[in-house]
Amino acid sequence: MAQGRFLNFVSKEFKHILRDTRTLLIVLVMPVIQLLIFGFVISSEIKNADYAVLDYSHDYLSKQLVQRISSSGYFNLKGYLNSFKEIEKAFKNGDAKLVLVIGSHFDRKLQNNRYAEYQIITDASDPNTANILASYAQSIINSFTAEHHAAGQPRARVNIQSRMLYNEEMKSAFMFVPGTMVLILMLVTAMMTSISITREKELGTMEVLLISPLKPWQIVLGKVIPYIGIAFTNVTVIILMGITIFHLPIRGNLLLLVGVSSLFILLALSLGILISTLSSSQAVAMFMSMFALMLPTILLSGFIFPIENMPQLLQWLSLIMPPRWFLSALKTIMIKGQGLQYVLKEVLVMLLMTTIFIILSIKKFKVRLE
Amino acid sequence: MPAIQITNLSKAYGEVKALSDINLSVNGGELFGLIGPDGAGKTTLIRIITTLLLPDSGCATVLGLDTRHDYKKLRGLIGYMPAVFSLYSDLNVEENLNFFAGVFGTSVRENYDLIKGIYHMLEPFKHRPAGKLSGGMKQKLALSCALIHRPKVLILDEPTTGVDAVSRMELWDLLHEIKDKGITTFVSTAYMDEAKQCDRVALIQKGKIFGVNSPNGFAQMFPYKLFAVYSSNIWLHLESIRQMVVCETAYMFGNKLHFATNSFDLRAENLRESLLSMGIDAQVDEIEAGIEDYFIYQLSEKSRS
Repeated sequence: MAQGRFLNFVSKEFKHILRDTRTLLIVLVMPVIQLLIFGFVISSEIKNADYAVLDYSHDYLSKQLVQRISSSGYFNLKGYLNSFKEIEKAFKNGDAKLVLVIGSHFDRKLQNNRYAEYQIITDASDPNTANILASYAQSIINSFTAEHHAAGQPRARVNIQSRMLYNEEMKSAFMFVPGTMVLILMLVTAMMTSISITREKELGTMEVLLISPLKPWQIVLGKVIPYIGIAFTNVTVIILMGITIFHLPIRGNLLLLVGVSSLFILLALSLGILISTLSSSQAVAMFMSMFALMLPTILLSGFIFPIENMPQLLQWLSLIMPPRWFLSALKTIMIKGQGLQYVLKEVLVMLLMTTIFIILSIKKFKVRLE
Repeated sequence: MPAIQITNLSKAYGEVKALSDINLSVNGGELFGLIGPDGAGKTTLIRIITTLLLPDSGCATVLGLDTRHDYKKLRGLIGYMPAVFSLYSDLNVEENLNFFAGVFGTSVRENYDLIKGIYHMLEPFKHRPAGKLSGGMKQKLALSCALIHRPKVLILDEPTTGVDAVSRMELWDLLHEIKDKGITTFVSTAYMDEAKQCDRVALIQKGKIFGVNSPNGFAQMFPYKLFAVYSSNIWLHLESIRQMVVCETAYMFGNKLHFATNSFDLRAENLRESLLSMGIDAQVDEIEAGIEDYFIYQLSEKSRS
């Protein structure tokens, strides 16, 4: 009988979700759109950045160099400039993000084993992009000069080759797929559950549920179960989209990935339940979710801004942000392909947080109206 | 053993005293009315009886179970219909009923005989979402949902508020049927004219109960001689009638005027003549006071003191 009572409750909850187009859109369609937006619009990848050349040599090797840069896939040649003055114009018009200036007698200097002069000028109004562009151009030029420098006369010198391990192509998918997953799970599980529980309070149905023989944990679990299902759907959809659309390799153990995701779903749910016990109306729950969950997820989890670059105070603050730990574990598993022993700390922290939230929720759950 | 026993109950919200020193006893199988204006403390009292609020002092027992300590046992034995519409508006009539039956561990079929009277009125709309029902239909559905687990005590918080006159009558008929099935029914309302529907009535104002009696008992407590005065636009003369020496109190009662006097030898024709001399041509009948007259008398006494 108690079993049937509970199933009855869960099926009611599913009906609420399925009949409310707005909720359905939020929980099922929004994740897809969000992932696509992060993937295609807010991309930090460099592809076909426009650049211009001011060539004082116009000799064989200088042309070879330009050709090499243009064919790298990162740069797109917009044209040659005629004078130094034109550089600023090109930046201001937005024609180029980077200008390569090649000094005179490039060919001869290089062949004669002297220093060939060149200069890279970037538009640093977007400093991150400028930095990346400059270093890309630098490394292409370095390898080019190494090949042509006094051809046939090997010379001992230090050759720095940097490699971007785990993300050699600097794909932003590595950053935004795990990030979006965290954001969506927070939104769907924590925010939606806290709202759906407080809705019963606001409607007055909680009064009737409270005086029914249903136990408080049955009420809460019954409200939460549908969202667990939705959260898993979201995880699957996001991972599949990551693999098929953004060519994200899943290097780690899929089972471990699912396990860690489940733990985070549980964590987010307990946080949502805690919020619902603290707030009396949907608006309050929404507000608390926004400030307690969304902003920290975006700002302090390392999703967009690297934790290492934050002021010390914010770094400490980020330690108590649940998404930080999940994101870190997610990246370790998905991208580095590591096993459980490398995410043990993250898993333990999340377990601890979940326990604390659940204990607090049980303490705070009101069996009466006050 | 009374079905509901309230002893020295007080409850305050911060500085505001919602209930002060309430004593009340409701017998098993009774249809009991709690009557008072908005803000009198009706909902607070009902929430304490239904174990949803704790009193600051005093205690309440329902079916001999204390609402503070035995709330787990008590919940499930009570049927409760809150003042706000508390069904799921996105679920249809049938689904709401099945849901609440399921929550209480029973089924609609099991207790169909109990709600048959109400449910046959709802049957034509059973696939309509609860949110799209009329006010009266909503209340009937809420009543069915509160009854579906065959509670021993049924507690209704202002079930007739915001419901049209016909539906109100129907609801009261239903409550009589429920009472006839042996279920103790406790109803709160702000409408004084509904008092006569109850076996016994408690009058509540500003958190205090000032009288528990049968509707007839209350009527007999009315201390004055009463006349009904019929005349078109009689309300225009209300102020001048109140100035009359023999007038104790006068008030509009529907489309007529009730005139109370302390002079027990005053007769209808005397009053008619006095009114005529004031230029009011009216029909005057001597009448028996009703419970509402007593309430109006009591409420004005209370506000004067």
